[in-house]
Amino acid sequence: MRIVVPLKAVPDLVEELELNDDETDIDREYLKYVLSEWDDQALEEALLVKEAGDAEVVAVALADDIDIEQSLYTALAKGADKAVLLEGGSGSSTRSRAATFAAYLEDQPADLVLTGVQSVDDLDGQLPPALGAMLGQPHVSVVASVAAEGDGVRVRQEYSGGLAADLTVRLPAVVGIQAARQSPRYAPITKIRQMQQAGGLETVSVSPDAAESGLEVRGMRVPEAGGHAEMFEGDPDDVAEKIVELLRSRGLVKG
Amino acid sequence: MSNVMVLAGRSGDVFTDATLEMIGKARELADAWGGQVEVAVFGGSAGADKLEGADTVLSVEHDALAEYVPEAYEIALRALLAERSPRLLLLPNDTTGLDLGTSVATGWGAGHAAGVVGLEADGDRALATCAILGGKMLADVEFTGEHGVCTVMSGAFAPASGATPEVVTVQAPDELGSLRTTMTEKIVPQGGDVDITAADLLVSVGRGIGSKDDLETVEELAEALGAPVSASRPVIDSGWMPKSRQVGKSGLKVKPKAYLAFGISGAPEHLEGMRSADLIIACNTDSGAPIFEVAHYGTTCDLFDLIPSMVEKLEE
Repeated sequence: MRIVVPLKAVPDLVEELELNDDETDIDREYLKYVLSEWDDQALEEALLVKEAGDAEVVAVALADDIDIEQSLYTALAKGADKAVLLEGGSGSSTRSRAATFAAYLEDQPADLVLTGVQSVDDLDGQLPPALGAMLGQPHVSVVASVAAEGDGVRVRQEYSGGLAADLTVRLPAVVGIQAARQSPRYAPITKIRQMQQAGGLETVSVSPDAAESGLEVRGMRVPEAGGHAEMFEGDPDDVAEKIVELLRSRGLVKG
Repeated sequence: MSNVMVLAGRSGDVFTDATLEMIGKARELADAWGGQVEVAVFGGSAGADKLEGADTVLSVEHDALAEYVPEAYEIALRALLAERSPRLLLLPNDTTGLDLGTSVATGWGAGHAAGVVGLEADGDRALATCAILGGKMLADVEFTGEHGVCTVMSGAFAPASGATPEVVTVQAPDELGSLRTTMTEKIVPQGGDVDITAADLLVSVGRGIGSKDDLETVEELAEALGAPVSASRPVIDSGWMPKSRQVGKSGLKVKPKAYLAFGISGAPEHLEGMRSADLIIACNTDSGAPIFEVAHYGTTCDLFDLIPSMVEKLEE
């Protein structure tokens, strides 16, 4: 089974976010980018499927994405068989990203696409259902485990309130991963460096179909705080005192 | 062309609050455009009289729609969109919306606004406000085409009241007979070790805890307070705590007398699960974290400094 795992670099939310000059996007110039956490989960699940049977795992990303090479080398260090950089596509919207990955997948089909259920900067929707629609394949999102079964895969889909269901999906299919069965594995930095030195990234040119997002951003803004917490000042000891007092006054501390 | 369609969701036998909230907003938009509110209900229309504020319930019944199967729902929804051609389709921002929103929009040539927290008619145009980047930014977007799809955050809009809708049965598409996806088993949540929805006080922990080993710090405080530990999604997805402890959209909704949030940034999905707690105290070193917008009290102390002090004071 050939499993393709599309990866995305997203702004690190630990960073302070600021607006660009015309306030239609965040100012991306000095932002730090990291691999989308859900894509990291998807890669882990793909590696688990590979380890449980017979599969090839291909990590694929857009050459436009900032600092994405590092994530591809890391994927190789973790056990991906191949890492591919796509040139010629646009990463500006979910729709255009999907068209770029779809162009690659039409040329080099996958049995199974595993990718993150969403990313923090999705504005015009999520990649898995967009890819499913473009490829004409069944797709299931918010999935927490994948296992090969007959001519398909068995996936566990999660719902609100802790409910879930097992679905079987005939391949080829696209699955949006919420969480892998285990925490994403760690790749030692020495191994990542080895991969970088070996230079194992494959570059593929694609010519995706035009894909309009159907949205025009009129503006972006920082949410106005509907309210704001009253902040406790002082050193941790003072703050601890105030919180414990507050809980006591509400009768929430026993004794 | 000026109608607004809502995809209904059920929790057990009852329609979800999110469904009623979407109908509330759809009513407002349809009135502005001189259109109708249509609600797509799959797998049986029992309880449709509760869908106040809607004009019509479009009921599609088929064996394949008896349970939620994404492919079946997508086929039924696409057929309805092709037949009724509403201006906007509203879906809940839950598993259904994450499955279907972008796929039906892509097939329909429509834009999809994700994480919608605001929606207005501006003349003929539809403007949506989307919460992105973990709720740290709002994007105001306009649908450029004839149609649009919104996945709507729960709690964003108020339900409508009014007349009960007329139920119209719509023929199920033939393709429902040849699905590539089947449900094999429904998983009922295992009665977890603790019912976090029943606790008066919750000590909740997020990504800021950093590692599984450090959970011990929070557990000590929980023990001193006689409260269970709950967590936000990243902690659960990392496998550090069981799913039964997850607060938020894909976990449980809680309403304790007090909710202590340590190292939780406050992504919209988390806030959805805890914002109605009577008292919320948040600890996060990032003073700009959205959690402080719903918290009553807050501190930017490092949780590893604060918690030991709290434990000490509780043990005095």
